[in-house]
Amino acid sequence: MENILQQLVNGLSLGSIYALIALGYTMVYGIIKLINFAHGEIYMLGAFIGYVFIQYFHLPFFVALVGAMICCAGIGVLIEFLAYRPLRGSTRIAALITAIGVSFLIQNVMKLRFFAGAEPRAFPQAIEQKMIEVGPIMVSNIQLLILGTTVVLMLGLQIIVMKTKMGKAMRAVSVDADAAMLMGISVNQTISFTFAIGSALAAAGGVMIGLYYNSIDPMMGVTPGLKAFVAAVFGGIGLIPGAALGGFSIGLIETFVSASSIEGLSAYKDAIVYFILIIVLLIKPTGLLGKNTKEKV
Amino acid sequence: MLKVKDLTVKYGVIEAVHGVSFEVKKGEIVSLVGANGAGKTTILRTISGLVRPAGGSIQFKELELTKTAPQKIVAAGLSQVPEGRHVFSGLSVMENLEMGAFLKKKNQDSKRVLQEVFERFPILADRKNQDAATLSGGEQQMLAMGRALMSEPDLLLLDEPSMGLAPIFIKEIFDIIQEIQKQGTTVLLIEQNANMALSIADRGYVLETGSLVLSGTGEELLASEEVRKAYLGG
Ligand SMILES: Nc1ncnc2c1ncn2[C@@H]1O[C@H](COP(=O)(O)OP(=O)(O)O)[C@@H](O)[C@H]1O
Ligand SMILES: [Mg+2]
Repeated sequence: MENILQQLVNGLSLGSIYALIALGYTMVYGIIKLINFAHGEIYMLGAFIGYVFIQYFHLPFFVALVGAMICCAGIGVLIEFLAYRPLRGSTRIAALITAIGVSFLIQNVMKLRFFAGAEPRAFPQAIEQKMIEVGPIMVSNIQLLILGTTVVLMLGLQIIVMKTKMGKAMRAVSVDADAAMLMGISVNQTISFTFAIGSALAAAGGVMIGLYYNSIDPMMGVTPGLKAFVAAVFGGIGLIPGAALGGFSIGLIETFVSASSIEGLSAYKDAIVYFILIIVLLIKPTGLLGKNTKEKV
Repeated sequence: MLKVKDLTVKYGVIEAVHGVSFEVKKGEIVSLVGANGAGKTTILRTISGLVRPAGGSIQFKELELTKTAPQKIVAAGLSQVPEGRHVFSGLSVMENLEMGAFLKKKNQDSKRVLQEVFERFPILADRKNQDAATLSGGEQQMLAMGRALMSEPDLLLLDEPSMGLAPIFIKEIFDIIQEIQKQGTTVLLIEQNANMALSIADRGYVLETGSLVLSGTGEELLASEEVRKAYLGG
């Protein structure tokens, strides 16, 4: 029982990170129907920017976190502007291939010695890890920080999307870009806004994982990026609550499989995550929260 | 107020609109009628800047619309209710109306405009917290019109507002269009339903496969032999 509770906390912490990345995937998909494969690299860049702020500028952790979020928001907007916008209106496969190209480009530029180099770096312990006893289980203060920050960011996102003018415009463009233009909504600005928000969330995930695992490298975005993409599809791509649910689900599944006492199972944790995705999609092709929408005439 | 001159629109190699010219004067209701596929929607989308023409010009007030971004066109006082209504599903009725006022500042004035829209379409006030997708076709049409009025346009474009509606709703919609005109908004109305559209129009044009073939006052067109034959069953 203690073990299950313990793994639940571990799974939710990891799931938070997946959820933060998945939100960006799903929002971008919702608005331009593009799987932004460079999104995992934004997460990686977020980690590195946070590292620079803490290591070289000696900024407090949360200042570095917010700084990395702002920088990555800008980087996300720039990537959309330079790489995806010129392809608006061309085939989806062209945009997808471009996204994969951007992803490789960022990884390899970061591997250059001038930038980060290929070797992993130790992320500074800006907040010292402490274990806290909560009833029968041990929770680290970093885990609580991850969970708390994620909840705050998700609530913030919810407020932005549901209550602000730009958030409403984002939903309007997602459902009907032409009609949105007839309202005087600038589709380009709205798409930029979406990239900014999604990238900021991924950056927050990157900085927090740096603190959690103490190690960052230019390839660190690949696997979490893929898993977060799986999470977004799992929850229902294009749906914000789906991304959150999918992220936490994948984090939990992965953690429980790793911790399971079945001999050798943990080596297959990733395979099991993908296997579950396939099963879910076979039963419900639109994902857990997806509706099989029919247009009303 | 709106001057369309020699407008030509192509989709790839196919020319959908061939050198169309017409005019809408301040305070009028002008109806553009024509069969399905004649090019009516194409013309309206070109006016709103969603489609760029192969040739010709569209003058609205001092603006050349063929070179103006869609949001600037809305800001200049031109608003469109698109064919098929296109309300934002997943957004509430209220949020749909807010999107209609996207370019306006939120203040006393915008509250007054919202109040006017609710007075004109009381059903929208009743349903304001409902998802727009749950409205009936007639209600969605009213929402689409209310949404377009939120920007207080000087010129309102309506693309087949009667499409797919029950006769009782059609009558109501056409009454409302006339009220809108009386309160000072100029209207360009597009319809397949030529009888209704021409009977409320000051002037009208008949479009056939991308070209204008007739023009005149609403009464003249309703009385004309060609229109009767082609659209009103003899
Ligand atoms: N997006 C498009 N791509 C290619 N052809 C189109 C497109 N939209 C309309 N058309 C063609 O242009 C012509 C005019 O269509 P439309 O403007 O929708 O007519 P209407 O509104 O009068 O029914 C039709 O032949 C139609 O098939
Ligand atoms: Mg049409």
